[in-house]
Amino acid sequence: MGFDFQHMIELLPDITLAFNQTLYMIGIALSVSLIIGLPLGIILFTTDRGLFLENRFVKTTLGFIVNMVRSVPFIILLVALIPLTKLIVGSTIGPAAASVSLSVAAIPFFARIVETSLREIDKGVIEAAVAVGATPWMIIKDVLLPEAKSSIIQGITLTIISLVAYSAMAGVVGGGGIGDLAIRFGYYRYDNTIMIVTVVILIVLVQLIQLLGDWTSKAIDKR
Amino acid sequence: MIHIKDLTKEYKSKKNTVIGVDHVNLDIKKGEVFGIVGYSGAGKSSLLRCINLLERPTSGQVEVNGSDLTKLNGKELRKARLKIGMIFQHFYLISQKTVAENIAFALKAASTPKEKIKSRVSELLEMVGLTDKRDVFPAQLSGGQKQRVGIARALANDPAVLLCDEATSALDPNTTLAILRLLKKINKELNITIVLITHEMNVVKEICDRMAVMQDGRIIEEGDVYDIFSKPQTELTKEFISSVVSFDVPKSILDACKGSVVKVLFRGDVAGEGVISDTIQLFEVSGNFLRGSIEYIQERPLGLFLMEIQGQPDNISRAITYMESRGAQVEVIENGL
Repeated sequence: MGFDFQHMIELLPDITLAFNQTLYMIGIALSVSLIIGLPLGIILFTTDRGLFLENRFVKTTLGFIVNMVRSVPFIILLVALIPLTKLIVGSTIGPAAASVSLSVAAIPFFARIVETSLREIDKGVIEAAVAVGATPWMIIKDVLLPEAKSSIIQGITLTIISLVAYSAMAGVVGGGGIGDLAIRFGYYRYDNTIMIVTVVILIVLVQLIQLLGDWTSKAIDKR
Repeated sequence: MIHIKDLTKEYKSKKNTVIGVDHVNLDIKKGEVFGIVGYSGAGKSSLLRCINLLERPTSGQVEVNGSDLTKLNGKELRKARLKIGMIFQHFYLISQKTVAENIAFALKAASTPKEKIKSRVSELLEMVGLTDKRDVFPAQLSGGQKQRVGIARALANDPAVLLCDEATSALDPNTTLAILRLLKKINKELNITIVLITHEMNVVKEICDRMAVMQDGRIIEEGDVYDIFSKPQTELTKEFISSVVSFDVPKSILDACKGSVVKVLFRGDVAGEGVISDTIQLFEVSGNFLRGSIEYIQERPLGLFLMEIQGQPDNISRAITYMESRGAQVEVIENGL
């Protein structure tokens, strides 16, 4: 069975719906991971040894939790978090439900990326800010974030692309999305047309995100 | 201004403890430029970083401007640091902020009102000669210009003390000189006490009033720069001085000398050449300069000559005694008798 143009036209509403579901899930998960993951990454970095908020207890505890969440395979996380999803969304199926698990997976992922980005900053620049008498908040706002901005944007790109991949598994909880469409039609039903269309959409989507990410990261860097 | 009492800084790792600073006592007076010299690993950087508590001493006290920094809490320490400026070898400017924003950062740390920040930044830029670079990012500046921004940032909150961590070591000789002159000007005009560490004796010679030499975490020699240059006590100090004032003469030249080879040193007020010509006439000896120079330290001349004296043995020793009686320091390097 080759590519059937007519078949594609027929399924266009399904494809559009799936595309929107993907955007919806990624949008929510990305927002949540930015809101929680960014501060978490900053805490992971600044509580490290020799830094201005050094705190071994906080660093080890948060580090442990982050590693724990990251070590659970996403598909298992998706199922394991059903009670939590029910609590937050009120339902255990649909794109909103899938967003909960996606967010939980993306938070530690993004937090580690932020931590790594901050680590790239020359320690001397941070030290100079400490020597100036700046408060921790000032150092975070005026030194850490501006200096790591470019690298964090690359990290956001990476997170979005990982989310695109993870969202394909959202079908397990009826989350829908492009990836799910590919699995349901292309994989289970041997529908090559849908398989090709969805894969092409995913390729284009990922390429665009990467391009946009690279461009933004470069455009704002003053080095 | 700065009193360091029995300061020790140890670096502990799992395997061993390394002593960075070893029971150092130091007093730095208000308004002076104090230089700390030593090779890398001597502990001078650790000592300097203990002055604003970038590194917390293992034991001992650091008193700056009347308060013991080791006893302050976080907030008080931040406040004290506003009055202790610091500049670095690698400048450490915020690369994503403009020159003006970098300076404004220090002002914000002191909660300076917004409307004041702008005028103060202009003032500081004028002082360091960078008025036209206000909205430029650090990446577009030369090393010397970056250090000027560093200086402006350090001076933003009218500090009483300026700490310089190898501030000129990454700069070429001309730029180094320009930055040193700027530091001297700041010291004179604003009466800011400057503490600098360096491995370049030239820097000390150029702007310091007093100096200390460090080795293995300890201060092995301390005093007035002119005194130390004219009368170094330790081998290490002599080694450092020889990097600025060298007495090396090719061995073949020394071997060819028939008379006594002496090192003669004249301090500021002694007119060296007059003494030497008098000596030559009075004692029927001949003098032959092998090497010599007059250095100006703190604007006072220091004459250093290596010369061969030929003549009757008696006359040579009398000539040496005579030169010493006229205020010269004479050291016999090779006795040709």
